[in-house]
Amino acid sequence: MEDSRRTFLKLAGVAALGLTTKPVLDAYAASGGKVPDALVKRGSKAMTAKNWGMVIDTRKFTSAEDLEPIIAVCDQTHNIPKFENTKHEIKWIWSAPYHNAFPNKTNKYMDAHSHEVPFLVLCNHCENPPCVRACPTKATFKRESDGIVLMDFHRCIGCRFCMAACPFGARSFNFRDPEPFIPKINPKFPRRMKGVVEKCNFCAERLAMGKVPACVEASDGAIAFGDLDDPDSNVRHLLHANYTIRRKQSLGTEPSVYYIVGGGGSEEEEHG
Amino acid sequence: MNDKGKIITGLVIFFIIFTFPFWYNRGKAASVPEPVLSPTAKKAGECVRSKDYMKAEHMQLLDDWRDTVVRDGQRMVTNKHGKEFEMSLSNTCMNCHDNKAEFCDRCHNYASVRPYCWDCHIDNPKEIK
Repeated sequence: MEDSRRTFLKLAGVAALGLTTKPVLDAYAASGGKVPDALVKRGSKAMTAKNWGMVIDTRKFTSAEDLEPIIAVCDQTHNIPKFENTKHEIKWIWSAPYHNAFPNKTNKYMDAHSHEVPFLVLCNHCENPPCVRACPTKATFKRESDGIVLMDFHRCIGCRFCMAACPFGARSFNFRDPEPFIPKINPKFPRRMKGVVEKCNFCAERLAMGKVPACVEASDGAIAFGDLDDPDSNVRHLLHANYTIRRKQSLGTEPSVYYIVGGGGSEEEEHG
Repeated sequence: MNDKGKIITGLVIFFIIFTFPFWYNRGKAASVPEPVLSPTAKKAGECVRSKDYMKAEHMQLLDDWRDTVVRDGQRMVTNKHGKEFEMSLSNTCMNCHDNKAEFCDRCHNYASVRPYCWDCHIDNPKEIK
């Protein structure tokens, strides 16, 4: 009799242990086997690259008026406000004379085209972005997947360190609530609020939908956009075939926006 | 120590004043608001997640969305039933729930929360102001 009681207790113990393992096993099973509640991914049409870059063919612009529609389309797409006071101005892409865009490449006597036609300037989406290093909240960051220097407006605390760090003046601060100053609101893109910094985002939201940046689309072929890391891309072919310059290259930020210069083509053609 | 009367009167007055908000507002509690589904939302029939999940966790979901969209560039989400959505407050959520005042604001006001989503995100993309 002693023996059978002992066996019974043993069996009962093992059985109790077995019961306790079920919830544990269930938990494991739930983490793997079931259909997930939500699966996130890129859109199927999204354009991807290792390192997005831009080549602006300045020879194709003959006057300041040529740049205006390109700037206007960006302002419209991204709900950029128009302020009378230039100190409050918000700029994503804008025009600047050669001596401001390329201060360390200016000569005493310049060719007429470079001297007279302003240059399109925007955030250079640098390879070594000083703004990213300056940001204390990581609101601005370089996207690992495609090299775009982006901003998370939610996270910006408006300290403006990035504005001090950027050597290209590509960043603007919202000193006032921009909403009343947006001429026509594009409902597809958010506005910003007072107290955040903003800048060009290389149209990350359009790339995700498989469209090239708005300025590229509006430029009628004067601006090329592509993967700088792909030797077969359109931008690399352009860079191979043409002499290009970049803004303030000596600072070592490695801008991703290149400029083909050498305007005033008609005279060149005359001389053969 | 003959101030017993004064002390007790004082205590009673203090007690009445201290509890004034409780008994003054008794029975006046606002009823819990029910969010109203707009006809567009009813027609769509299906949300990105279940109703109970959205009720309790929509703020967490939106917070996760903003990180995946802004930081990882992943803008599409597929739900349990295999339906794909763009992760966008303005362009997805507010497209169906196009009655912000009745759907969002009511509960937010009741719970006294002031989300700043709409400082930047446009509340209903179809209606252009």
